[in-house]
Amino acid sequence: MKADTWDLSRSVALVGVAESDEIGYVPHKSALQHHAEAAHNALADAGLSKSDVDGIFTARFSTLTTAEYMGIHPRFTDNTWIGGGSFESHVAHAVAAINAGYCEVALITHGQTSRSSRVPVANSVLDAVDLNQPHPQYEMPYGIVGAPACYALACTRYMHEYGETRTREALAEIAVATRRWAGLNSRALMREPMTFDEYHNSRWIAWPFHLLDCCLATDAGGAVILTTAERARGLRKTPVWVIGAAEAHDHGMISQMPDLTSTMARVTGPRALAMAGIGHADIDLTMIYDAFTSTVLVTLEDLGFCAKGEGPDFLRGQRAAPGGDFPMNTNGGGLSYTHTGMYGIFLLIEAVRQLRGECGERQVADCKIALVSGIGGILSSASTLVLAAD
Amino acid sequence: MTERHDARPLPVAQPESDFYWEKARQHELWLRMCVDCDRTYFYPRDICPRCFSRNTTWVRSDGRGVVHTFVIVHRAPTPAFRGAVPYVAAIVELAGGARIPTNLVNVEPRPDKLTVGMSVVVTFADITDQVSLPVFEPEPMAGESR
Repeated sequence: MKADTWDLSRSVALVGVAESDEIGYVPHKSALQHHAEAAHNALADAGLSKSDVDGIFTARFSTLTTAEYMGIHPRFTDNTWIGGGSFESHVAHAVAAINAGYCEVALITHGQTSRSSRVPVANSVLDAVDLNQPHPQYEMPYGIVGAPACYALACTRYMHEYGETRTREALAEIAVATRRWAGLNSRALMREPMTFDEYHNSRWIAWPFHLLDCCLATDAGGAVILTTAERARGLRKTPVWVIGAAEAHDHGMISQMPDLTSTMARVTGPRALAMAGIGHADIDLTMIYDAFTSTVLVTLEDLGFCAKGEGPDFLRGQRAAPGGDFPMNTNGGGLSYTHTGMYGIFLLIEAVRQLRGECGERQVADCKIALVSGIGGILSSASTLVLAAD
Repeated sequence: MTERHDARPLPVAQPESDFYWEKARQHELWLRMCVDCDRTYFYPRDICPRCFSRNTTWVRSDGRGVVHTFVIVHRAPTPAFRGAVPYVAAIVELAGGARIPTNLVNVEPRPDKLTVGMSVVVTFADITDQVSLPVFEPEPMAGESR
């Protein structure tokens, strides 16, 4: 297949990344403020100005509204929304658009106020539901709505196939390791160390999920800027290269997921690695979308880091924590750093900072290649990138 | 705005699912079947989602299946479910392979009372005069009274 042999050849670079000014609980700012602040900060990071931007990308929020708010009149626009991992797809689409000449400077933005939105989030989500669609018709009447209940359905099936105790141990390893990374990130919301007992004793949200299996709900924005290799060379920071990209999805709602124990990362992982021409052993940093602890377990297996059902062995002994030999989710993840609802942009921000060597006490030594894997919807979509330091 | 979301969400039948919901109101479970694939599927679609054949029909299900997976919801996902927690949501695999999202009823919402693979049978929850939802309960053992 042509896409598998698409040689990105360091043709397009990530040149600017940033969060909004304040993240976490920010009741005094709107979602669009977070978009604009993040964009402003990412442009400064890159050494570019707003007038350089000619391509705009965002998810859920209309690009019409987002570009209007910032006073941008793009010649390329991409509103792809496949869930919280949309921003990983935006990177792939930006690479294609820039290589095709549709735009030269691509701005991907995100802003969301899941904690402090003045319209309660549950209401705005429900207001946005088109009642003609299958999910409100066949799942919502049963209370199969909201991420915890839906993702938990997949987790129960995994436990059935691979063992409840083993699975539970792996989920605890992920929660505790991720919190340890958050302790090294001053922008993380939850920085206090978490013990294994605290994990196991936290209240049930949707069995098999404890509270500490679930991501945060925060207010934040993030932005990422890409441009051509030629232009990247003259900018403020060293470029970070996109050397592999793949996306796929196989369902919309959870009851339609063909195999509840396996996401489409089983397709995007191998495809992105093949495009990059690297193997798992070449990866220095792994950033995986952690809406729930179980999302990480399943995605790691699907990406091919270990065989199906062997994730609990792979993760044993805090090897994904600071000091371990498998650095993962080094910003503290959606579980402990920030999770606005669509977290994917923050995976990119951390990967770029690690590849530039900007991460201070949580810096992964000699970080040259990062794998970033987004998940979106209800384990519906997978979007995987391989990024490389200059 | 809040009040609107306090009521349990009801299905809005579509042209290709009017029959499904009308039969549910009569306490019957009907599935779409692809004649070319010789398989039933869920949810109702006129064109088979597997082979894209238009040669599809309706068949009545005997309502027997096994729990493919379940969740015990403790924190209400929306205001409408505040009075319902804890409740059990599930995906049930019917004979023939179709998987249907549903609730498990007449069983305690406790992990030690529920298992993936347990046999269940359809029953119907009359939500309004017009809407009955197919839900599932543990299949009685031979000789057990219901």
